[in-house]
Amino acid sequence: MEFLREFGHSLISTAGDMLPIVVIIFGFQLVVIRRRIPNLKRVLIGFFYVLLGLSLFLMGLEQAIFPLGEQMATQLSDPQFIAQSSGHSAAELYWYDYYWVYLFAATIGFSTTIAEPSLLAVALKAEHVSGGTVAANGLRIAVALGVAVGIALGSYRIVTGIPLYYFIVVGYVVVMIQTYFSPKFIIALAYDSGGVTTSTVTVPLVAALGLGLANSVPGRSALLDGFGLIAFASLLPIIAVLGYVQLSEWMVRRSIDKESSS
Amino acid sequence: MNESLSGFLHTLLSSLRDLAPIILVIGFFQLAILQQPIQNLPEIAAGLFLVVLGLTFFIYGLEMGLFPIGEAMAEALARKGSLPWLVTFSFLLGFGTTIAEPALILVSSEAAKVAAAGGMISDTLQDRESYANGLRFTVAFSVGLAILVGVIRILKGWPIQYLIIGGYIGVVVMTLFAPDEIIGLAYDAGGVTTSTVTVPLVTALGVGLASSIRGRNPMTDGFGLIAFASLTPMIFVMAYGIII
Repeated sequence: MEFLREFGHSLISTAGDMLPIVVIIFGFQLVVIRRRIPNLKRVLIGFFYVLLGLSLFLMGLEQAIFPLGEQMATQLSDPQFIAQSSGHSAAELYWYDYYWVYLFAATIGFSTTIAEPSLLAVALKAEHVSGGTVAANGLRIAVALGVAVGIALGSYRIVTGIPLYYFIVVGYVVVMIQTYFSPKFIIALAYDSGGVTTSTVTVPLVAALGLGLANSVPGRSALLDGFGLIAFASLLPIIAVLGYVQLSEWMVRRSIDKESSS
Repeated sequence: MNESLSGFLHTLLSSLRDLAPIILVIGFFQLAILQQPIQNLPEIAAGLFLVVLGLTFFIYGLEMGLFPIGEAMAEALARKGSLPWLVTFSFLLGFGTTIAEPALILVSSEAAKVAAAGGMISDTLQDRESYANGLRFTVAFSVGLAILVGVIRILKGWPIQYLIIGGYIGVVVMTLFAPDEIIGLAYDAGGVTTSTVTVPLVTALGVGLASSIRGRNPMTDGFGLIAFASLTPMIFVMAYGIII
């Protein structure tokens, strides 16, 4: 009974999120386009599956992953735990004493990105559109590595207190330089992959980590420093995807050079 | 029937594989580093099962509902050849899906608390609420504008990097003038606006549009709408912070 009540709750809230989209689509279909939707029945079943799937997904996350993950983020950033694992006293911790935090940040960033449904959607579309040149799983792994480095770097920033915009500005400059040297077909997709990494799964866990760290590191305020991790998680994947394509191009070119010289 | 069942099982398995890293990471840190037993194991196992099942249904619905309708609408609107309607549709899609986004509602009420604590607004319920609503409206407007600009870019075939670099310069300039309290929040606002339902739909819209206009390549021109939608909120949220 409890299950049904929770499921009903999750279903209603997801339906609420989908409502504006449904209204806009069908409103335009009726008023402006005035043509029958092809395979209407199939599309409606598809919408129902999306609704059902997201409701189950969110409900499962809230039951299994969020409580444990949030609790772990708080425990790992607890000064007592860090003092104990590093051997320094809690009063004199250095930035490198937080190594478990960085490792947790990187691994949780990687693993939640792999499970992120919106990234999966974009990756499937990209594989389809590119005719398989961009492999869905390759793209997802590149993006997830970017998020992993991003969240770890963001945690380092909270620990050291370096202003956020230094990192962001440097990141932008790197993106611009990479864009100049990248093949054209990947640029738009790479920019997109920055925006899709952070939604349903990643944001709650990462926000818990950021707030936990900002609360426990002396001299940081949760209000000023707790935000900003998501910005890293949207910037680094762009660099990772552009880098991935550049690296694979470079390797192809090198092997061609080798063959022609031998 | 048999074939669709095996397809379902296949998707179920790949969803399970997508989830395996999270289980490994949480299990490792909980057992090896924090050295604490995992409580209510059956409940967690049941929750994980729901996540896997949900992801599987979502992928099915994506291919059956969201992708086809996004592309069909893009194609129909392109064939109709009416720029005003296409532009209206893009704006409404961005605005409408963002204003109801739960993550945004959460973040803007947090932001109102920050603003009240920082003395930017008076700490009354009414002021906080109007600040939060203003912020939500600002972000939703900026996402609508982003999709609109992105769609015009696809129509005209402008290279995306000039617009994005222009946007980056906008972000950096705004950062110089924006109050410190709003910067972290503004940078994060770009990431939270694009929800799991919006992303597939907007992607299908872009790709569908680029495929139905002659001379556009779905790969180079079709993507990029999401990139705009994560860039403009940063600029607009900082502008909001400067004005208030």
